[in-house]
Amino acid sequence: MRVVKRIWVRTAGFILLLGFTAFFVVPVIWLVLAPTKTDHELVFDNPFAIGTLSNLWHAWRLMFDFQDHALLSWLENSAIYSFGGLALALVCAIPAGYGLALTQFIGRRAILGITLVVMIMPATALVLPLFLEANAVHLIGTPFSVILPLSFFPFGVYLTYIFYSSTIPGDLLAAARVDGCSEWDVFRRVALPLARPTIALVAFFAFVANWNNFFLPFVMLPNSTSYPLSVGLQYLLSATPAFNPGIGGAVPILRPELALATIVAIAPVLIVFLFAQRSLVSGMLAGATKG
Amino acid sequence: MAVPTVPAVAGGHLNARRRGRAAGPAAQRTRKKGSAGYLFVSAYFVLLMAFGVAPTAYALYLAITSAGGHFVGLSNFISTGKDFRFVPAFEHIGEYLFIWLASLVVIVLGLALLLHSIARRVSSVFRFLFYIPGALAGAASVLVWLFMLDPSVSPWRFLLSGLGFSDLSQTIEPAHLPVIFAIIAFWTGAGGWIVVTYGALNNIPHELLEAARLDGAGAWQTALRVKLPLIKKWVVYMLILAFATGTQLFVEPQLVSEASLGQISPSWSPNELAYVLAFQNDNFNKAAAISVDLLVLGLLCAVVLVFRTKLFEVE
Repeated sequence: MRVVKRIWVRTAGFILLLGFTAFFVVPVIWLVLAPTKTDHELVFDNPFAIGTLSNLWHAWRLMFDFQDHALLSWLENSAIYSFGGLALALVCAIPAGYGLALTQFIGRRAILGITLVVMIMPATALVLPLFLEANAVHLIGTPFSVILPLSFFPFGVYLTYIFYSSTIPGDLLAAARVDGCSEWDVFRRVALPLARPTIALVAFFAFVANWNNFFLPFVMLPNSTSYPLSVGLQYLLSATPAFNPGIGGAVPILRPELALATIVAIAPVLIVFLFAQRSLVSGMLAGATKG
Repeated sequence: MAVPTVPAVAGGHLNARRRGRAAGPAAQRTRKKGSAGYLFVSAYFVLLMAFGVAPTAYALYLAITSAGGHFVGLSNFISTGKDFRFVPAFEHIGEYLFIWLASLVVIVLGLALLLHSIARRVSSVFRFLFYIPGALAGAASVLVWLFMLDPSVSPWRFLLSGLGFSDLSQTIEPAHLPVIFAIIAFWTGAGGWIVVTYGALNNIPHELLEAARLDGAGAWQTALRVKLPLIKKWVVYMLILAFATGTQLFVEPQLVSEASLGQISPSWSPNELAYVLAFQNDNFNKAAAISVDLLVLGLLCAVVLVFRTKLFEVE
C-alpha cells in the first residue's frame, strides 16, 4: 500500500515538473520558430510547426532594411554600451574588491557598507536621479550618459571582495612582499592572476545586466539612432503594425519580424547562458553542494 | 535586470561562507596597512560618489526645492501624494507584489524541495531549463509574453480561449496586469531562485536529514520541519530582494501599454509616474519627489538585508 502511494506521489511530482518545464520552455521554443513562418502561418498553423528558411530570410531582409538598417546600429550601440560599461567596471571593481579585502585604510568599512546597500537596492531606483544629474551636467544623449553609470558595478566589487577575503592564502602575499614586490606588483603579479575565474564571473554578470538594461538608456537617449537593442524593441513595438494594426501604415514589420528582432536582441546573453551556465552555476554553488 | 545577478549573490555567499571558515582568519591577519588601499579603491570610489551618492543627493535636493531653486520643504512630496495617479500606481504594484511574492514562496520552494528529492542528475536538467528564461529578462520577456498572451498566435491559445479571451486587448485589459506582470517576473526570475534555494538545501548537513529519517520523519515532515526552517533566511532574502525589485516596475507596464491601444495608463507604476512627470510635465522637482519615495523603499529593503540578516559579510 505504502509503495503504491509512493509511486503515485512520485508520478504527481514528475507531472508537476513537466508542467513547469512547459511553462518555462514553450515560450522560448515558440519564439525561435516564429520567424520561420509568415504572419498568416503564425495565426493559422500549428504553433509548433516549423516554417521555412526562405521565410526566415524574408523576415531578416525586412527587419534588416527597417529604417535604414536601424537594427544593425542598435546592435552596435548595445555592444558599445555593454562592453564599454563592462570594461570600465572591471578596471575599477577588481582592484577595489582587492583593496577592500586585503588592505586597511580609513573609511574602508563605510565604503563596504555603502557598496552592499547600493548593490541590493534595485538599479532602477537610481535611474531617474541619474537622469536628473546627467541633465544638470549636459550629458543627455551622449554614449557616456549610459556607459558611465553602467561602469558603477558594486556587485562586482562585492564578488571580488568575497573572493579575496576568503580564498587568498595570507602567506602568499606576505612572501611576495618579502621578495620586494611593491603593493601594486603584489596585486598585479600575484593576486590578479589568481582571480581569473572571479573576473570572468563579474564580466558575465555585468554583461548580462548591461545588455538587458532598458530604463537607463530609455531615459538618457532621446534619439532612436542611439538606442541599444532593448530600447529598439520598444520602438519597434510602438512604431510598427505588429501589435498595433493601425500604426505604421505600410511598414512591413509584423510579428515574425518582431520575433526575429527579439531573438537578435537576446542571442548574445542566451549564448552566454547556454555555454557558461554549467561552470557558472557549479562555480557559484561549489561550496554549497559539496556539503 | 537584477534577476540574473541574484543567484551569484547568494551563491557567492554560500561559497564564501564555506571557504571563509578555513581561510578567513589567515586573510584577516595579512590585511595590509598603509596608503596602498586608497590607490586600489580610488577609481571605484569616484564612481560610487558620482553615480551612487551624487544622484541620490541631487534627487533629494530637487525634491525639497521648487523649479526656481527655492526651498519648499515637503510640498513636492505632499502634492505628488495627492496626485490622482499616485495612489493607484502604488495600489497597482501592491497587487502585483502580493501575487508575485506569494507565487515565489509557494512555487519556488515547492519546486526546489521537489527537485531536491530526486536524483541530482535529473534535477540538474530541470534546473537548467527553468533558468534559461532568465536570459530574456527585460524588454525581450515582455515581447515574448505579448505573443504568449495574444490569442491569435499563442501556443497557449486553447487556455486563453478557455478563459474566454479572443484577442490581445482582452487578455491585457488593465485589471489583469498585476497577474500578467507576476507571470513575466516569475518566468524570468523563478529559475534563478530555484537554483539558489536548491543550493541552500544542498548546504544542509547530510547527517541532519539522516537523523530525521531515523527518527521516523517522512519526506513531507522532513521538508516542512527540517529543511524549510534551515533555509528560512534564504527565503527572507528572496522576499526582500523581490519586493525591492518589484516596487521599481517600469519596462513591463511601459511596453504592454504600447500594445494596448491606449487602454493602459502611461503612469501605471510609480516609476512610470515619475517618468511622466519629468518628461511630459517637465516637472523635475515632482519627479524627484517620487524618485525619492522609491529610493527610500529600496534603501530600506537593502539596509534591512545588509545589516539585519547577517547574510552578507560586512565583518
